[in-house]
Amino acid sequence: MSNIAIKAENLGKAYQLGQIGTGTISRDLERWYARMRGKEDPYLRIGEANDRSIKGESDIVWSLRDLNFEIEQGDAVGIIGRNGAGKSTLLKILSKVTAPTTGKISGHGRIASLLEVGTGFHPELSGRENIFLNGAILGMRKKEIQRKFDEIVDFAGIERYIDTPVKRYSSGMYVRLAFAVAAHLESEILIVDEVLAVGDAEFQKKCLGKMGDVSKGEGRTVLFVSHNMQSINRLCNKSLLLKNGKNIGFDTTNRIIEKYQEAQSKFQELIISNKYVSRLRFNQIEDYLQIECYYQNCEDFDFPFLGFIVSDIYNNKIFGTNPRIKIPEIEIKKSSRGVIIAEIRNPKLLNGTYNLSVWFGNGKDDYFIGENILSIQISDMINLDKDVSPNDIGSVYPTVDWKQLDNL
Amino acid sequence: MLKDNHSWTIEAKSSLIDLKLREVWAYRDLLGLLVRRDFVSFYKQTILGPLWFFIQPLFTTIIFTFIFGNLAGISTDGLPKPLFYMAGITAWNYFADCLTKTSTVFKDNANIFGKVYFPRLIMPLSIVVSNLVRFGVQMILFLMLVAYYYFTGASFQITWAIALFPVIVVLMALLGLGTGMIISAMTTKYRDLAFLVTFGVQLLMYATSVIYPLSTAIEKYPAYSWIIEFNPMTPIIETFRYGFLGEGAFSWGALGYATGITMLFLILGIVIFNKVEKTFVDTV
Repeated sequence: MSNIAIKAENLGKAYQLGQIGTGTISRDLERWYARMRGKEDPYLRIGEANDRSIKGESDIVWSLRDLNFEIEQGDAVGIIGRNGAGKSTLLKILSKVTAPTTGKISGHGRIASLLEVGTGFHPELSGRENIFLNGAILGMRKKEIQRKFDEIVDFAGIERYIDTPVKRYSSGMYVRLAFAVAAHLESEILIVDEVLAVGDAEFQKKCLGKMGDVSKGEGRTVLFVSHNMQSINRLCNKSLLLKNGKNIGFDTTNRIIEKYQEAQSKFQELIISNKYVSRLRFNQIEDYLQIECYYQNCEDFDFPFLGFIVSDIYNNKIFGTNPRIKIPEIEIKKSSRGVIIAEIRNPKLLNGTYNLSVWFGNGKDDYFIGENILSIQISDMINLDKDVSPNDIGSVYPTVDWKQLDNL
Repeated sequence: MLKDNHSWTIEAKSSLIDLKLREVWAYRDLLGLLVRRDFVSFYKQTILGPLWFFIQPLFTTIIFTFIFGNLAGISTDGLPKPLFYMAGITAWNYFADCLTKTSTVFKDNANIFGKVYFPRLIMPLSIVVSNLVRFGVQMILFLMLVAYYYFTGASFQITWAIALFPVIVVLMALLGLGTGMIISAMTTKYRDLAFLVTFGVQLLMYATSVIYPLSTAIEKYPAYSWIIEFNPMTPIIETFRYGFLGEGAFSWGALGYATGITMLFLILGIVIFNKVEKTFVDTV
């Protein structure tokens, strides 16, 4: 029990859709009267799960509903889900920015939340003044900030500009400074929304490193929301998968990311309503992969052709090719409709999920681009004695010729 | 969050009477920094800097002296006109600034409030304190005017009631704060109130003894003067004038009444404010 850092019980959050507030005084009074008598809110009963794509019946949607989970102290937990799954709502509730509609969430330790960097920065004030102001907004005492001041400036790398108003900062400097302040907040729980999308690659790396230190070295609990599976995988040992406001998986990050990819409703075969491409297929046939691209209306093409990239679930590209890189060694005939088949001989992929991006066009123009449009579950492509995850040794198994020279 | 052993619970409901004052105390440094921010950012990149604090009351006094004093000929209880008006304006401005700024606190800070948590009460408090700085500067102007008239031998006297000055300041601050918080909580849903405030504060000034002495109002409109007397700002302004200038309808009863109303509004304001702050992000 004492190891639980955060515990959510039947957590729910309802939002009202559409107009809020106009002409609803009577409704407000009705709700208020119902609550006064200790009854359930008459307008909340008919709520629905939050699914953007379906036109709902009710004005109320549940962004989170009956969410339960327990996070242990020292865990770095990634929160994964599609847009609208309730990730940000969960973080908002945890940061106390908004209150839940039902249920409760409890825990131990001071929370530092970074839903946005640079909240409360005042453009007219200098970097120095803003460090203090922003630190105080995040809950630091003046003394605490003074003690860490040099460290913060150093981390942000803006020493030279420290007495310049932040409105003259470049956006990169601004973000650096803001993240530096937040990262130096002493807390037991760190909540981070996708704030790292800004800043250059080097700084992003630095931030991820800092957050990694926080969870691994200092034993703090980290909650991290991102659509970047690579950063989640790097940073988080566990992950929580949300769908329509519900917990549909809480496990090690590897398994959750795989589950998420499977749930992404990807297909091995796809009928497309494109003018030129009608159907795509991606198959494993024993130890090779086959891509089929059915094309139509290509009378005027002198060179209808296919390009592809296979990548892993973290969006790391593994291999690919297209006719601009290397002209295929077959003769392409002019034809209005047909199929182009690519067979990838012996790619030696480990068991797991892989995505395929497809390009179709001729030498000059692009006619169809589908990023990660198909997905495939590879199994038993190579003979191994033990099942191993691509996350452990990489996606491609090498062809190795072993030798031993003895008695040297 | 800041309780002992650092345990916390976030729930849908919270108790009405929990004013979270302990939490506010823990964030007191933020209050100081916000006040500093308001003050510093006010005069950055201006030529006259803090002098701007003088200009508004100075010009309002001049205009009031001409229009209400000379043109309309409203009595000033025998006091020098600029002195009479500036006393009223300085005190009224403090109350009015506290009220109008506080009443838009949710709207103005929606961005910060939506991203990070700190006791929301800090924001209205910082407004009241920032305005106090401004009020202090304007008091200097007023005192300079008092000194000028004193040495030129105008007919007014400073009375013992000047000792009530700190009480009056606190009352004005809290009344503005309380009323402002009640309005701010309601403006998150019903925006109309925001328009009403700017307009309402102007009207309220005429229902307060700022440009006329209470005694004249009672004398001329005995049937309606109860409106002015019921206005809790009236005894405050009257006491202010009585203390500094020796004229004005001061009574302990009226001051007590103003104190009672202030406390009522303040507590009501904090309760409503705390209730709204939990979910206002969803509606604003």
